[in-house]
Amino acid sequence: MNIHEYQAKQLFRSYGIPAPEGRPAASAQEADRAARELDGAGWVVKAQVHAGGRGKAGGVKLVKRVEDVAAVSRDLLGSRLVTHQTDSAGLPVQKLLIEKTYPIKRELYLSLIVDRGSERMTFIVSAAGGMDIEAVAHESPEKILSIAIHPAAGLQANQCRRCAYALGLKGEQIKALAGIMQGMYRLFLEKDASQIEINPLIETEAGELLALDAKINFDDNAVAAHPDILALRDHEQEDARENKAQQYGLNYITLDGTIGCMVNGAGLAMATMDLVKLKGGRPANFLDVGGGTNVEKVCEAFKLILSDGNVKAVLVNIFGGIVQCDIIASGILAAIKQVHVAVPVVVRLEGTNAEQGRALLNSTGLNLYAADDLTHAAEQVVALAEAAA
Amino acid sequence: MSILIDKNTRVICQGFTGKQGTFHSQQALEYGTQLVGGVTPERGGSRHLGLPVFNTVEEAAKATGADASMIYVPPFYAADAILEAVDAGIKLIVCITEGIPTLHMLRVKAAMAGTGALLVGPNCPGVITPGQCKIGIMPGKIHLPGSIGIVSRSGTLTYESVHQTTHQGLGQSSCVGIGGDPIHGMNFVDVLSRFQEDEQTRGIVMVGEIGGGEEEDAAEYIQAHVTKPVVAYIAGQTAPPGKRMGHAGAIVTGGKGTAAGKVAALKAAGVEVVSSPTDIGAAIRGCLPR
Repeated sequence: MNIHEYQAKQLFRSYGIPAPEGRPAASAQEADRAARELDGAGWVVKAQVHAGGRGKAGGVKLVKRVEDVAAVSRDLLGSRLVTHQTDSAGLPVQKLLIEKTYPIKRELYLSLIVDRGSERMTFIVSAAGGMDIEAVAHESPEKILSIAIHPAAGLQANQCRRCAYALGLKGEQIKALAGIMQGMYRLFLEKDASQIEINPLIETEAGELLALDAKINFDDNAVAAHPDILALRDHEQEDARENKAQQYGLNYITLDGTIGCMVNGAGLAMATMDLVKLKGGRPANFLDVGGGTNVEKVCEAFKLILSDGNVKAVLVNIFGGIVQCDIIASGILAAIKQVHVAVPVVVRLEGTNAEQGRALLNSTGLNLYAADDLTHAAEQVVALAEAAA
Repeated sequence: MSILIDKNTRVICQGFTGKQGTFHSQQALEYGTQLVGGVTPERGGSRHLGLPVFNTVEEAAKATGADASMIYVPPFYAADAILEAVDAGIKLIVCITEGIPTLHMLRVKAAMAGTGALLVGPNCPGVITPGQCKIGIMPGKIHLPGSIGIVSRSGTLTYESVHQTTHQGLGQSSCVGIGGDPIHGMNFVDVLSRFQEDEQTRGIVMVGEIGGGEEEDAAEYIQAHVTKPVVAYIAGQTAPPGKRMGHAGAIVTGGKGTAAGKVAALKAAGVEVVSSPTDIGAAIRGCLPR
């Protein structure tokens, strides 16, 4: 789960991680008031969307005169911001963060992640901040320091010092960095984060360290244990179909093709998308209906797939282990009747009760093709989608 | 021979009296698994499915001589269940539970270091040695005792591989679902090394997916140590970067963990990588000496 920068910075403050003085604003008037209250030499108006690359996309504006803050805010609010991390529709800007500007001496990089290779929480530190850290890692890996933390020992003072020296910090700054790192570590553990990134962490001309940007992701598997974090969720920033899917215990991801896919199991769902591509088609979605599937779930899955206007044909691929194929088949039939499915549906059923399932599907007279072989099913659905395009 | 489990493996179930535990324990018993009891706190002393129920894994292990445990407890309690089995000296712990927080698993793995216990999963279909012992949620009847070792990060893709190798008449020595979570127990290398040592196993099917670097590690290991033919399939070639594809661990981040990278590494190690999941059975058949 993602949260906004302004929310991340509020969390930062409660964990002793210093960030620029700022205020969120949902209207031009609020923005104007915020800027006047902050009383700085300059302001930055930052669009709050769940995507990186906001600066290049025009979502971060520097304002020199306080009377311009309202106009700049009015332009951003209500618009949709398209960055290299969003799709072409972009994300809605409904909130801004108004911050004081600070004279910047240096831009540093600091993040905390779970490294799955070493199975350790790991700090990533670099003096090359403000840039795409993946590009830095690729081009000059020597500029990056990784520090792994043993879960029994926790973050050690020596680890913080090593990071501070790697960043070229001195004196009081070394203590300040240790404070920031301890705060990040506690926040990560207490709130089950999956990533905390500060890029850039700035050193001001006055020598202060401040989190100029803040990005926190939370572990979807753990967030149910943190109602305070769940309350920060902004559904407007998320794909409506993906949210709907979650309510029904379905795993759905929107893609840009024409062939809807309904599959049981995440691996098989990926494999089905790959096979559609291999046969010359383009998948419209990833959809894992999971184990324990019932008629209602399959109905909802169909509604989701068909709510995408690009879908010209649907491929249902079920390997029935726990989910029995005849149950899936009756779900498909019930859904087709309920949802008035107008596009052709190719169904491949294999596993427990596969024959009964196929027999059910073949006896309907609907625009339904029961295939017993996955390769043929994929070829057939690609041909049907092309014919309908 | 087989790997990890056989007809002599004595199995207990944690979360025995719950809905999932009950259903899959019944299925395991029907398959012929030596299920010898189960654990549900506060239900100790009662019987369930004709078997004794214990309050703790320690009691269950002492009373039954169990050497393996299958875990069907809810995600927020699963880490505790795994560590309880470790403390009780259970040698093989198979955790089926999906949705365990990553930091729970990080602590579990650190706590398990040096104990000698083996963990399979979580978020996995389990382990089966066809005709002998089934620990997990896989449909038993698609399996056939035979010569192919299967190791996979995905449940249903394991079943596809099983189905195809059964249809080829090859059957399976053992099948291990290592699970779809970013931090988990046995990895590809742990399982590959056992298949390499196992006399019954003549060929190996390995099913990977996007995310992480375990397929790349496996490629390196295969090149250096595996002499048996290996067929691999990698799911997720069309997955968009930055999106979790169902499994918590199936995500491409920062250009790392791509299907293309894994395919290239495996091919360079001499593995036959099939581009369609429907070609797995025929490909491993083709690799075996006649």
